[in-house]
Amino acid sequence: MLDTAADFDVREYLRLEMMPHFLCPGCGHGIALRALLWALDEIRIDKDRLAVVSGIGCAGRLSAYIDANTFHVTHGRPLAYATGLALARPDLHVVVISGDGDCLAIGGNHLIHACRRNLKLTCLMLNNEIYGMTGGQVSPTTSESMLTSTTPLGNAEPAFDACALATAAGAGFVGREVTHHVPKLKELIRRGLEHPGFAFIEVLSDCTEIFGRKNELGSSPEMILRQKSDIRPSAYRDTVDTPFRSTDLRTGVLATNERPEYGAAYRAAAAAAKAAAGKAGRR
Amino acid sequence: MNAVDPGLAKPVARLLSGNHACALGAVAAGCRFFAGYPITPSSEVAERLSRLLPPVDGVFVQMEDEIASMAAVIGASMGGVKAMTATSGPGFSLKQENLGYAAGAEIPCVIVNVMRGGPSTGMPTRPAQGDIMQTRWGSHGDYPIVVLAPASVREIYSETIRAFNLAEALRTPVVVLYDQAIAQLTETVEIDDDAVIERVDRKWASGPREHYLPYAAGDDGVPPMPRPGAGYRTHTTGLTHAESGFPSQKPEVVDRNQRRLLGKLDRNRALVDAFETLACDDADVLIVAIGISARSAKRAVALARERGVRAGLFRPITLWPFPEAALREAASRARAVLVPEMNAGQLRLEVERVVRATPVHGLNRYDGEPITPDAIAARAQELSKGTTK
Repeated sequence: MLDTAADFDVREYLRLEMMPHFLCPGCGHGIALRALLWALDEIRIDKDRLAVVSGIGCAGRLSAYIDANTFHVTHGRPLAYATGLALARPDLHVVVISGDGDCLAIGGNHLIHACRRNLKLTCLMLNNEIYGMTGGQVSPTTSESMLTSTTPLGNAEPAFDACALATAAGAGFVGREVTHHVPKLKELIRRGLEHPGFAFIEVLSDCTEIFGRKNELGSSPEMILRQKSDIRPSAYRDTVDTPFRSTDLRTGVLATNERPEYGAAYRAAAAAAKAAAGKAGRR
Repeated sequence: MNAVDPGLAKPVARLLSGNHACALGAVAAGCRFFAGYPITPSSEVAERLSRLLPPVDGVFVQMEDEIASMAAVIGASMGGVKAMTATSGPGFSLKQENLGYAAGAEIPCVIVNVMRGGPSTGMPTRPAQGDIMQTRWGSHGDYPIVVLAPASVREIYSETIRAFNLAEALRTPVVVLYDQAIAQLTETVEIDDDAVIERVDRKWASGPREHYLPYAAGDDGVPPMPRPGAGYRTHTTGLTHAESGFPSQKPEVVDRNQRRLLGKLDRNRALVDAFETLACDDADVLIVAIGISARSAKRAVALARERGVRAGLFRPITLWPFPEAALREAASRARAVLVPEMNAGQLRLEVERVVRATPVHGLNRYDGEPITPDAIAARAQELSKGTTK
């Protein structure tokens, strides 16, 4: 099931002239980007038909590295831009890359309605628990009691469960994975890309430099290894290891539904109205 | 630009509101995408387009907020489809963020702003002209923008078409700015559905895909646009960027691109400029007005002349960039300039900047009622007495 990357060459999908990239050493976003490109390779994406829309922040900068039609838009708005693009150009495959601040704070309203609308878009939310680009302020997904540059006394707000939000809002496909499990992450993204409606995928990434250092979470390998014990793959739901895994942070495919895809439904309704008007005209 | 071929068919007289005419003009111009959010007094534009667009294979979508509708319009246009949104003051404020993106990344789009009383929620069902400066300066930073200010239902139709053509030709956002009074005024308009309308499409990138520079422009300062799917695979960003489209903060690169961006409209002024003059040649008192105030002013010119006052009217149709040279010429013989407007003196600021040699007076009203022809004529008479003494 879990393929090897033997026949996948990431360089085919990267703008190599943009290297070296600007991510900090140890940042998990590069792993997430590789998993996305691997998944795109598996679905044999036509790069000319691929559009990547990203917001502002560390995650937002990733689009510039992808050899596709890429749009780096305003903070929190990539889903709204992507909605216009995908409705106007149903021939394009539109992928959105957003971060936890971009997607859940300033862009929260767009996320809720994108889930509800169910237009075919694949949204990757790279969750590193922090506003990294601006220097490490608390984000909607920062764990409680963590230190950030704006929570010197520890974060007093609970972290947002983005997948629960997306599920409640009606997203057709909801999943979560960690950068620790790259083939699984690739697999989840591939399934999201293949889903006919709106797919929301949360990637738990690590911000070593800015978040990890402040909270003494160790080096990047240590942060990534911790992901393993911090999650409950959805397949483990009722197994006997429950006492050993205190967390309820589930990974894998968390929700799916078969609601009609918005764009196709809109075009079908328009075509039916046109046909009816044509008949009425002939009478 | 929006020439209607008179030989094709006889125009049909129709009773239309300004907002209805706007929707018809958009479709005639080739608009095939509309995203909006309900707001008085512009909602009829959205309602009409929700019906008009599907039969022409266009898309209408009501978004979750004003910000999202502006973003979706830009997204559609980045995909190569002519796109528009419509709003009023509170919504126009929310659109400024993405409007700045469209200006900086050079994405053609049309924004209709139907002015109502402000500030804040203000007077949703009452006319005002309080967004004159916001249309020019509403988003942060320096950027070019075109603003068209029609004064009748017929002109809303033709200026909406011109808005699309300018947006496409210049790769810039274009605002169609009118007030609640004209938006919901119903007038008889002759529109010929079968007429050939001149439509301008943006220049599309052609030629080699390798080493393609999406922001390299020719003499007109307007770079051709790469169409997604055509093989160019370019990057578009709101960051300052090089000709390659990729972010740059090198002073010489930023300076070069900003100079081109800010100079783009000046290089194409012949295409952009539009204004109307009435009885300016011998005018002692020159009235400068837009929109519903210009309609009152037109009548006021006649009233004033009946009373022996030589009044004239200069009406910017393209409000921004401001028709400086034409106004300077029109005002050169006047002894006084009068600017009636439904705000506390925004247009007057610009007129004062342009007309230095002649005193500029305001006639302002911001109580939700249009300025009457009588009020303007009376003020013109006073000024004429004062200046001809």
